[in-house]
Amino acid sequence: MQILYFAWVREKIGRAGEELSLPAGVTDVGGLMRHLATLGPGHAAAFANPSAIRAAINQDFAHLADPVADRDEVAFFPPVTGG
Amino acid sequence: MARIAVQEAPFDLAAETARLTDGRTDIGALASFIGVCRADDGLAAMVLEHYPGMTERALDKIAAEAEGRWPLTGCTVIHRVGRLEPGASIVLVLTASAHRQAALEACAFLMDWLKTKAPFWKREEFRAGHARWVEARAEDDAAAQKW
Repeated sequence: MQILYFAWVREKIGRAGEELSLPAGVTDVGGLMRHLATLGPGHAAAFANPSAIRAAINQDFAHLADPVADRDEVAFFPPVTGG
Repeated sequence: MARIAVQEAPFDLAAETARLTDGRTDIGALASFIGVCRADDGLAAMVLEHYPGMTERALDKIAAEAEGRWPLTGCTVIHRVGRLEPGASIVLVLTASAHRQAALEACAFLMDWLKTKAPFWKREEFRAGHARWVEARAEDDAAAQKW
């Protein structure tokens, strides 16, 4: 699956995204966040407070309980601040 | 069908207005909003980041919602990205309708929803050298929810 990071999530992790295979046992956005947090110190820092992060699945806003699949593009970012 | 654009370049209000009005005689009201970069607290520049693809998709959905709620004859949303200095325009929302209430309300709605439902992020760079990501404001969420 394609993972994308934006704003300070991207800065803390140190990259704009990564390819990964959906890990066994991960079924939803919240589970994916918990998995990503284990990938390194930058990831752990970015996902330290899950309530500060928003997600999108295939370019639509998603909730923690929404299911994820291996073909999905999943993005993580802070609450939006445009306008 | 709304005109949606995400671009680094400045926009031209007169040209955008003409795009909505040229050749039409059924428009009685045009409402516009332009968001401008302020120099608060020694701000040197604002850097606008977005999620290409999702941004256009989100703006399309917000504009479609406005077109469903109000009888608009035209609707334009242009959001700039990249590095913007104080005084620069950030966003343009332009609505056209037969009557003012629809144009004004749709314009306010589009801005309120855009601020909370489109994937843009602002990073502020200060003259003193530090930088910070702008935090989302509860007031903006409340403004979006009132519609």
